[in-house]
Parts: sequence; structure tokens; C-alpha cells
Amino acid sequence: MPIHRLTFLTLFIHQYFLMAENLFNKVWQLHEVQKLPSGESQLFIGLHLIHEVTSPQAFQMLREENLKVAFPERTVATVDHIVPTATRQRPYKDNLAEQMMLAIEKNASEFGVKFYNPGSGKQGIVHVIGPELGLTQPGMTIACGDSHTSTHGAFGAIAFGIGTSQVRDVLASGCMAISKPKVKKIEVTGLLEKGVYSKDVILKIIRELGVKGGIGFAYEYSGETFEIMTMEERMSVCNMTIEGGARAGYVNPDQKTFDYLEGKEFCPKGNAFDLAKEWWKSIATDSNTKFDASYKMDVSKLAPMVTWGINPEQGIQVTENIPNPKDFSGGAKETAEEALEHMGFEAGQPIAGTKIDVAFIGSCTNGRISDLREAAKVCNGRKVDPGVKAIVVPGSEQVAKRAMHEGLDKIFSNAGFEWRFAGCSMCLAMNPDKLLGRQLSASSSNRNFKGRQGSPSGRTLLMSPAMVAAAAIEGRVTDVRELM
Amino acid sequence: MTKITQISGKGVPVKGNEIDTDRIIPARFMKTITFDGLGEFAFYDARFDEKGNKKNHSFNKPEFHGASILVVNKNFGCGSSREHAPQSLKRWGVKAIIGESFAEIFAGNCQLLGMPCVTASTQEVEVLQDFLEKDPAVMINVNLEESSVSYTDSSISVSISNSRKKDLIEGTWNTLGLLVSALPKTRENAKKIPYLNEFK
Repeated sequence: MPIHRLTFLTLFIHQYFLMAENLFNKVWQLHEVQKLPSGESQLFIGLHLIHEVTSPQAFQMLREENLKVAFPERTVATVDHIVPTATRQRPYKDNLAEQMMLAIEKNASEFGVKFYNPGSGKQGIVHVIGPELGLTQPGMTIACGDSHTSTHGAFGAIAFGIGTSQVRDVLASGCMAISKPKVKKIEVTGLLEKGVYSKDVILKIIRELGVKGGIGFAYEYSGETFEIMTMEERMSVCNMTIEGGARAGYVNPDQKTFDYLEGKEFCPKGNAFDLAKEWWKSIATDSNTKFDASYKMDVSKLAPMVTWGINPEQGIQVTENIPNPKDFSGGAKETAEEALEHMGFEAGQPIAGTKIDVAFIGSCTNGRISDLREAAKVCNGRKVDPGVKAIVVPGSEQVAKRAMHEGLDKIFSNAGFEWRFAGCSMCLAMNPDKLLGRQLSASSSNRNFKGRQGSPSGRTLLMSPAMVAAAAIEGRVTDVRELM
Repeated sequence: MTKITQISGKGVPVKGNEIDTDRIIPARFMKTITFDGLGEFAFYDARFDEKGNKKNHSFNKPEFHGASILVVNKNFGCGSSREHAPQSLKRWGVKAIIGESFAEIFAGNCQLLGMPCVTASTQEVEVLQDFLEKDPAVMINVNLEESSVSYTDSSISVSISNSRKKDLIEGTWNTLGLLVSALPKTRENAKKIPYLNEFK
């Protein structure tokens, strides 16, 4: 056989049988500086996002060790968790919040880190601003002291939430020590019905695979449902990957990814953009790649999801009844009993019709412009039930500006929602936005943990932003499709 | 750095699955720029009602004061990546955690504080928890080198990843020095990463 044909054959075998590789492993390999003596990898982090809650102690550790930020140009800070959303007046009324704000201002300036403060026009929830500024790009490794860093996987980046000691490590060395997870392919097929969103898809995935299902794995999301989704929809899914126990989740970059990024502030321009696109395509998962595990699901008949319990696995379709703990086995039975007790719900009762006290639209899961548009469609020309306190908190200043340009703020205000400044707000209630007592909240956020929204006895029902809008209007959990 | 091969002490059981980091340290206590003083807020809302009255929680019971081996169930530490959670446990006095399973970020955060998370079977964990409720004074020994936990005349085998075990035993669990010393190599490696080099 002529040599060139042998070469071709070798290449063919190489590509399709031996070296076919998924995005996760390709990106990992590129960023692995070395294997540490323990066997963990030293992984270079290409983008380090920072916020005020998990970074002050890390900067203090750097000071104590007389260390600098190794890659300040790859480090970006903003403030999101503690910022009040009703007023921006400084100093903040809450002195502890003011101290945290002062700390991040000082740390960013002393260590030479770019900082987007409120009023800059670019402040917002760290997982909203990364993508909208074009900082988040395919093929990157991204870390942030926040578990919802998995959001950035929507771009084909591998992105990890980390603790403060790891924030310190990444600041000082540009790297973190981490063991490589396995990769599980989650293939989803089917077109979503009108009124059903990517939030419902991820709640369904977590219900099926459980909150522990992803431990030890990164999830690759694929299949026609993901191909059809917009970038913002993909972000909502990747965002809640951590709620399924997987530390990272991603979607392979495609034309939608490139179209979203083109023209964004930190996205390469001109010839560099063309070169970038070629590289981004090359890091996508090869065809015929084998995975460590896989799971298939069809969502063509999926109805809007609502959680009924105290972890994100405890979700049902709005058309279903609250399950009986007896139907669960192992530890899930006790957790279901605990959930019913906390929520004050009865097994067998329909979730639809449950009266709510608070409606919250926002968060890194669902605080983007498309989320606000979908919720506004439901609110347009309607009024929030008088028994409901309803707030909309845009995910970033850019989202707020865009929404106001489109008149969404007016639609929400006319309906009776409060229109707020950007921040994390009532997703975790580190600012003044909190549930009171046993209030029940319809929330577009990501966690229904006991006490999560600021009141130890408060209760949270997770759902899509459109479903939150429907609940706000009707005063009770409602299938949003009835209002469409 | 301290080599951690064995940890001995009294145990404290905290029963329940999916105990998330919001429950270990509610977010309102994270409004601080240090980790100092977080110990008193560990499991705060599970320990106190809204009027500040003590609830039935093992961290409130005098017989468990001074305990350093926490014994938990499934998916302990799920949710937020807040290191405030392991920091609050450590500052309360916890030195090692035995559980059925742990959330990944939480276990990684514990490791960086030199506080090992080891796993055992459901049955063995439940037996140990029940035992501690009856006899809180019993001493528990977590032996990392042998991957075992012993108390009275019982011994159970526990798991921890080889890399974590090695780092604890050899005293290299704080990764900062190692990573910083590799900076020249990191900078060299960065030269092959397309997005750091204008995609050329």
C-alpha cells in the first residue's frame, strides 16, 4: 500500500477509534500543567471570576504570605451577593455588607484586578456578566468561588465552583489542584411545548438522576433539545448542574455560541475571531466518542416543573400530585418526610393551586433578558394577586438596561411587580430581600433548601420565570400554559 | 505542614441526608470578611428556633461538647461552594468527618483545611451514629494510613481517595506552596493555550 494511503488510514483510525475525544478531556489536557505527587492534576485556570463573599479571606491569605495575583489580566471581580437591590445608596445601611463592599474595592485595587462596581454599567451576578461581556469563551477553564460557576459550561468551557482556599490558590498561582472527573453524556431529545423551558428540563434531569447522581462526573449535555436551545437557555441548564451533584456541565460550542459571542466586549475581533472560531470548533467533542456513562431522556411531553420539597430533586410536573414518602426508598423516604413537614404539604395533594406569598424573578439561573421577556409576556396587561409580594431583579446592569429599553420594567411595574437593581437578591437572601416567617415563595432561582431565602422557616418552590409570573398573577401555583 | 495520619476524639452524630451548606452555615452569617467566630453559627437554624430557643440538635447537647469526629449520612455538604461551611465546623471543633457520601466541593474544601472526609457504608454509619447517641463518651480513632475507623472493640473500613489520603499523610494537603512554586512551569504551559496567544 502506498505510504500516503497508510497515513490516511492511520489518521482515520486515530480520529475515529483511538483518539476520538470529548471536549472535557481535550480542554483538561490542554490546561493540565502537571500531575501533582498526590495524583491530582495541577489545572491552569484561564478565567477567574471573583465576588465579595468568598474572596476577602483569600486576599487576606495572600497578604499574609506576601503573594501577588499571578494572572491579574485573567481575573475579573464584581459584587452581587450582598448588594441591596432597592437602593444603591452608599454606605449601605447594613454595615456588614458595607464592610464587604469596601474589602472587595480595596482588594481589587491593591492587587490590580478589574472590578465592575454598581453603576459601572457592567456590574451584575458574576455568572451573568461573564457571558454577556464575552469573558466566557469555549475551551476555557473557568473557576469562581461560587458553585453556580457551572453556568459557563454553556459555552463549551469547563467551569468549576471552588471554595475560598482554592480561590487563594488560583489567585496566587493561576492554578488549582483537582482530580479529573469522569464524563457522563446526557442526551435529550424532543421539542419543548410552548410554556415549557430549559429550567423545566434541568429540573426533570435532576429529578431523574437525583441530587447525588452527578458526584464524580462532569455532564455533557447533547441532543436535539440542546441544539435548539438558545445560549441563555443552555446557561440555565448548566447553571443547575451542581444541583445534580456534578461539579461541571457543558454544551459543545456551535454556531449559536459563536453568534452570541461575536461583538461582545472581550470576544476576539476581526481575524482573531475567525481564528478563534476554528479553534473552538476543534475542541468540540468528536463524533464516535465514548463516554464513561450516558443517559437519554425525551422531553417532548414534559410539562412545567415545580419543586415541592427541600432539595431540587424533589420536583414534579405542575400537573402532578405531591408524592407519598412511602413511594421512595433508602434515604429519600426520610428526606421526603422531612420535606413535607417543612413545607406543610400533604402527600397526594396537587401542587397546582398552592397559595403563594412571594414571587421572585431573577438569579444566575433565570435573571437574563430572555427570562424577563418570557415572564413579562405572562404579566402583560394582568395584575399581581393582592396577596403576593412580587419582585423582579435583573441579573446584571446590562440586562436591566436592555429590559428597560424594551419596556419590560413598565410591564412588570404596571402588573404590580417591584423592579429592582441587579444582584443575587432573594436567591440566597444575603441582602435585605428575604422571606419572612413561613412565607411561601415561587422562585426562578436554583435552591429550595430550608432557610435558603432568608427565613429559617421560609419555603421555596422552584420553577421557570414564566411559571413564577403565572403564580404571581393568580396568587397560587398555576400551569402557565393556561395563561398563554 | 502537619502530617495527618490519625485523628482521635469523641464523636458527634448529625443525622439526615442532603444536609446542605445553607443548613451548615446560613448565608446571613457569611456577611464577614474573615472566618473567625463562625464556629458558634454551625447548624444555627437547626439548633435554634426563631426566638433563639435551643432545639433538639446534637451540637447543642453538653455530652457532645468537645467532640471532634462528626458522623453524617448521605450527600453531606451539598449545595453552595461556601468554605464557610467546613470553616464553621472546624471552628466548632470538628477535625474529621465520617459519612455515607459527601458533595464534591464540600469534601474538597475540607481537604484543603486538613479535615478529612471519609466514607463508610450506610449500615456502618448508622450503627456508629446510634452507638454515639447511647455512649457519647466513647473515643473514636480515624486511621488514614489503614483506612479504618475504630471505637471500643469495633473496627470498620472507610474510604478516601488515594490522592487525598497521600496529601494528608505526607502533610501536603495545603496545595498553595506547591502550586506557587510551579509558576514558571505554569507560565510556560500558558504559551500553548490558544486563547492566551491570540489564537495563533
